[in-house]
Amino acid sequence: MIVAKKKPIEEIIETVKDYDKILIAGCNECVTVCEAGGKREVAVLASALRMYFMNQGKEIKIDEVTLERQCDHEYLEEVRNVMDQYGAVVSLACGVGVQFMAETYAQSPILPGVDTCFMGVTEERGVWTERCQGCGQCMLASTGGICPVSRCAKRLFNGPCGGSTQGHCEIHKDLVCGWQLIVDRLRELNQFAEYEKVTPIKDWSTERAGGPRKVIREDVKE
Amino acid sequence: MNNDRKTSTPSKLQKVLEAGHLAVTSECGPPRGSDPEAITKKAEMIKDHVDAINITDNQTSVTRLCSLASCIHLKLMGLEPVLQMVVRDRNRIAIQSDILGAASFDIHNILCLSGDHQIFGDSPQGQNVFDIDSMQLIQTVRLMRDEGKFLGGDELNRPPRMFVGAAANPFADPFEIRVPRLAKKIAAGAEFIQTQCIYNLDKFELWMQQACERGLHEKVAILAGVTPFKSAGMAKYMKKRVPGMDVPDEVIERMSGVPKEKQAEEGIKICIESIQRLKEVEGVRGFHIMAIEWEEKVPEIVEASGLYPRPDLD
Repeated sequence: MIVAKKKPIEEIIETVKDYDKILIAGCNECVTVCEAGGKREVAVLASALRMYFMNQGKEIKIDEVTLERQCDHEYLEEVRNVMDQYGAVVSLACGVGVQFMAETYAQSPILPGVDTCFMGVTEERGVWTERCQGCGQCMLASTGGICPVSRCAKRLFNGPCGGSTQGHCEIHKDLVCGWQLIVDRLRELNQFAEYEKVTPIKDWSTERAGGPRKVIREDVKE
Repeated sequence: MNNDRKTSTPSKLQKVLEAGHLAVTSECGPPRGSDPEAITKKAEMIKDHVDAINITDNQTSVTRLCSLASCIHLKLMGLEPVLQMVVRDRNRIAIQSDILGAASFDIHNILCLSGDHQIFGDSPQGQNVFDIDSMQLIQTVRLMRDEGKFLGGDELNRPPRMFVGAAANPFADPFEIRVPRLAKKIAAGAEFIQTQCIYNLDKFELWMQQACERGLHEKVAILAGVTPFKSAGMAKYMKKRVPGMDVPDEVIERMSGVPKEKQAEEGIKICIESIQRLKEVEGVRGFHIMAIEWEEKVPEIVEASGLYPRPDLD
């Protein structure tokens, strides 16, 4: 999923303080799972903002909605009839949802309510960690299913750097060395010999380096 | 790419090694400013006691005068630089361009490194590049040198003639990968190795033994890295704070066991004793003496270790 974290309330207040009527729009997908922008977070943010502005003596109307997804036209259409009632929308979707809503409703300011972080997993409730950077050319088959691009701080392709210490990355003792994981896993899979193959230079043109990306599937296009 | 094909470069370091001498290299860290004297003065102190001088490349990710320009200063003094190059700050265009720049000044040695993560330095908020890794940098230099080609496949004019080196840290984890990693660097095309500072000699000897069992010492010239401690504080700092550094407790105790004013002397003594022991280790072909901001001590260490005078091959 796409992992996001809530923006500090002060930052959101700063962006909405000049509007009289705002809509807080959650998303029922990734940001719900990572507890940053689902229905519950919409309600919590709305209450906090109401309380803040009431204390400030400012009247501001705050409505709540949570869409199934904000990265699909279909669901974004659900608010079309009410959009003109609001001075601005605070979207608690990831950056993808915020942008798609902005593209859909060109006349309305769409403000981000979360900071989008990475593609990752729920390790345990309240702990999410990165697994994929969407490089566009998956090489997990040769690295024991553990990604050196997303799990090594230097995205090294040929083994741990000299800073790997007792399974930890040199940049932070709480961070696992991705190459330690790869080596351990290759051993478990009886593929340790794989390690000595020199991985060739990567083609980054399928990654961010190649510019904004697009996937076109003629077979499923309507 | 393989090392079976011996390519001789004009590198003095390569010549010293091929003549069967124990090589001695040292390093100078460039200044945090543009005063060339900061480099030339350090080089003056050590030039008669070493075969080649490494110039570090924004080590510990602290921004400094660039390695290439510093190497040019050495070259202008008639000295033999080893251009250290990290892949942290350059994409493949910049890397190849800098290699050609170095080659245009007839810089004949390069040490291919990943580079410390930028979080340690003065720009933790900066981007890193890591377009290629250190292993692939070795391949890149070998491709440019041996085949006269760019990574993109085009031919290049006047290929670089560089003796290609890499670093090895026998003390980082996982230990079991350390010899295979050396083998991999050799397979990528490394011709000489400069190791991380050695304080845990037993562990180094184990690593060397495993390397020798695979015959790796015959395929690459391994220079053992040493760094004298200036104080017990420095020893403790390196143990605790420098990633991948293995400083055994007995070394710290030995440093702490002498009065403060004698600690520097003790540090030099430990360094010399280490070199003397390492000279006997099969596969050690020389020494890389990294006297950090203490270059003036290099001559003393080299002389006391029986590594002086340096061979004159001209």
